[in-house]
Amino acid sequence: MTSSFRIQCFKFMASLNDYLLVSGLLFSIGLFGVVLRRNIIIVFMCLELMLSAANLSLVAFSRFNTANGLPDYNGQMLVFFVITVAAAEVAVGLAIIVALYRSRQTIHTDELTSLKG
Amino acid sequence: MPSYLFWLFSTIMLIGGAAVVAFRNPVSSALSVVACFVGLAGLFIGLSAFFVGVIQILVYTGAVMVLFLFIIMLLDLKDEQKRARKHAPLVAGLGLVIAFVVQLLGVLSRSPDKSAPALDEKALAAAASHFNAGGKIATSLTDGRLPDVQLIGHTLFTQYNLPFQILGVLLLVATVGVVALSKKQAE
Repeated sequence: MTSSFRIQCFKFMASLNDYLLVSGLLFSIGLFGVVLRRNIIIVFMCLELMLSAANLSLVAFSRFNTANGLPDYNGQMLVFFVITVAAAEVAVGLAIIVALYRSRQTIHTDELTSLKG
Repeated sequence: MPSYLFWLFSTIMLIGGAAVVAFRNPVSSALSVVACFVGLAGLFIGLSAFFVGVIQILVYTGAVMVLFLFIIMLLDLKDEQKRARKHAPLVAGLGLVIAFVVQLLGVLSRSPDKSAPALDEKALAAAASHFNAGGKIATSLTDGRLPDVQLIGHTLFTQYNLPFQILGVLLLVATVGVVALSKKQAE
């Protein structure tokens, strides 16, 4: 397995598996941040990283699976929709964070324990 | 995309991503997200998805991250103090990430690899026959250029018209929701 990866790294053109590997690594960095960090704004940024990692693999699939000799634009449409929904989600999420800060004076997830049993 | 550019942009992207998690100061984290997204946009453009690459820069690094910075400065967040770090999240995070990466490597080493189909002038000219002769898309394709924006627009307004309209309603709902959320509640 390692030898096949090494051969891929030194090819002239990047292959599909290279893109999927990088996208998976970005996704896992985002996941790590979501689990590790206590600051809710940084957790939110890490969520954005995870969405972007999914976008990268979608665009890679669209380029590597051609339809009629062109990149498959269905994949890129999905990326377009994901980006738009993510922008709306950020706006609403940040408004919720501001409302939370107004009522609790903190944005650390450790200190938000009202739902703790 | 030539291999060295791919690795250059993916290194920028991954280092930016790791810096987001590593920095204590939220402003530094937000700027690392910007670096990460710039690398990502480079990868998109290398995949000949020019429109998505430009949108990534405009929407994410231009609008979304400025909104993040705006909120960070509005709340006037200080650096996180060195607090007694709990080990449970660190162990859980590392465990999850290692399991995920091992799984990913396992799947990728078994799945057949694929190299990018050529998008040279001959392939593009051959694809022109699927579009209206004399139209802008077909003209660009026969000239050997990839009319990325026109193709996206074509797909968006023919196959994805209804989702596109629903997306407009979603953005309206989000705008109204944000205004309602950020109004001071009367006691």
